[in-house]
Amino acid sequence: MSLKIGVPSKGRLMEKTFDWFGARGVTMRQTGAEREYSGAVDGIDGVELVMLSAGEIPRELSAGRIHLGVTGSDLVRDKLADWNTQVAELATLGFGHADLIIAVPSAWIDVDSLDDLDAAAAAFRTRHGFRLRIATKYHRLVRDFLTANDIADYQLVDSQGATEGTVKNLTAEAIADITSTGETLRANHLKILADSVVHRSQATLFLARRADWAAPERATLAALATKLGLDLPAL
Amino acid sequence: MTITPEARAEAEALFAAFRATGAAPVEADVLQPAGTLLDLYGEDIRARAYVTQDPLRGEMVLRPDFTVPVVQAHMADGAEPARYCYMGEVFRKQDHLGPRASEYLQVGFEVFDRDAPKADAEVFALFARLLSPIGLKALTGDIGILLAAIEGLTTTPRRKAALRRHVWRPRRFRALLDRFAGRAPMPEGRLHLLNHLRSDTPEALIAAAGPQIGLRSAEDIAERARALVEDAETPTLAAPEAALLYDLLGLAAPCDAALAHLRGIQPLMPAIAPAVDRFEARLIAMRQHGVDTASLPFEASHGRSTLEYYDGFVFSFHRNGSAAVDGGVDGAEPPIASGGRYDALTAILGQGRSIPAVGGIIRPALVATLKGVDA
Repeated sequence: MSLKIGVPSKGRLMEKTFDWFGARGVTMRQTGAEREYSGAVDGIDGVELVMLSAGEIPRELSAGRIHLGVTGSDLVRDKLADWNTQVAELATLGFGHADLIIAVPSAWIDVDSLDDLDAAAAAFRTRHGFRLRIATKYHRLVRDFLTANDIADYQLVDSQGATEGTVKNLTAEAIADITSTGETLRANHLKILADSVVHRSQATLFLARRADWAAPERATLAALATKLGLDLPAL
Repeated sequence: MTITPEARAEAEALFAAFRATGAAPVEADVLQPAGTLLDLYGEDIRARAYVTQDPLRGEMVLRPDFTVPVVQAHMADGAEPARYCYMGEVFRKQDHLGPRASEYLQVGFEVFDRDAPKADAEVFALFARLLSPIGLKALTGDIGILLAAIEGLTTTPRRKAALRRHVWRPRRFRALLDRFAGRAPMPEGRLHLLNHLRSDTPEALIAAAGPQIGLRSAEDIAERARALVEDAETPTLAAPEAALLYDLLGLAAPCDAALAHLRGIQPLMPAIAPAVDRFEARLIAMRQHGVDTASLPFEASHGRSTLEYYDGFVFSFHRNGSAAVDGGVDGAEPPIASGGRYDALTAILGQGRSIPAVGGIIRPALVATLKGVDA
């Protein structure tokens, strides 16, 4: 059996992942046609490359179908309950930076902070008869964050894409989404609440605690860790 | 297996005991309409509800609790006074590993009776009697006294409403109270915001800030902007008044001693008098049921982090040796039984028609486990 490592199957995230490993003597490459999702690893024996959508990597890690995986720290924290009992963070890779934040319309001159959001939610519920809607796809992270900050009278509504447009489309009053430059937010007349960084995400190498860690995989992991300069958790 | 035969047998025994008091058994669908139900609960149950889509009935939720369906059934065709009991599974998603089950049995008892102190005492005494064989420790509280104290503060209706709304979120409540009492400085962000809001009319500032998008209207925004500026001018709570409220929040003593303490501060806080009268009437009724109120623990803040709908008497029963924390805490062992008064909930569901109600639930699985340990 080989040690399976899941990496994003396309785009900048894939390229940067290949660069990160390449800089440490582990060469990853796509095999076959350009759009074919298969790959190979050189520079170390017993490692199999699994090309996956970044969004599916948390689930594959959780199930232990891959031993290691590269994906955004936001996705792992949002998709996996008690994430750090299921996976271990081996290394932050220094790219794919994005902040999960809460944003409201720029015209809300009375709302700058979470305190304001809470008070505005109370008034909104009284006025409109339902809870202030926050559109997001990061339900767990956002809910935990709002609960930890004692915000009331809101509800999360699901938005799997074009979340910045939900306010204009009247399907939400505020949003919680990832942003790196804030450009899309500004273009959609939204502003970020001052104290609302829910999570600072970046591409991260994770280890699946539930994967089959037999002697050969452990040996491969140890060799890989030496090459990559990683500290390993107890398995 | 989530629900063991022992747990079911215990549930049936408790249900029979509730029925023996003359309570009418009620059934509630496992699939409940999501809309009304979820809107009434606090965020805790909302986040934990299993919501699903029904092709004909729309969004449905797996029954997270019996209280709301029982109240709805009573409102539809109940006579007063009324006593109901129920037994069945409830479902709550758990996000953390720990002792909390996502599917478990509840056995419950609810009383709709306008003689509130008598009904409170009846429910508590019944629970205490049924649970006495396993030697639990009981804890009681009264959210009504806190609400009355807030109502009596010498401050604006807006500040009272903010405090009342966050009674169930102790940290935010504390932060608000500290600010209103002048114990905590105004956050820098708020100062900055106020300076901006004072620089022009809300309408001009809104127009300069960006296009109007979304359901929250310019009037909504302007109204709160004015309220913020106005609120900044509100004098801080007088120091003795704030000190009394802090004292009340921290009150923890056996019931009789707690009553004596409350009677002691009552002249300085006259607004709590009716709530303290109710507390005393409840204690008298409890003693008539044989409850030892000289030793029964009372904490003024008990129940503040559990279900948001309790607004009067609250109680819970805990395993001896467990931390007697409120039920909402992740990872903590839930109480074996808990309950309270929820008059505001019936007022909302009754759409103007309010029926004072008190009740509680027992988790038979936990009772069965404790009996198993002792055996």
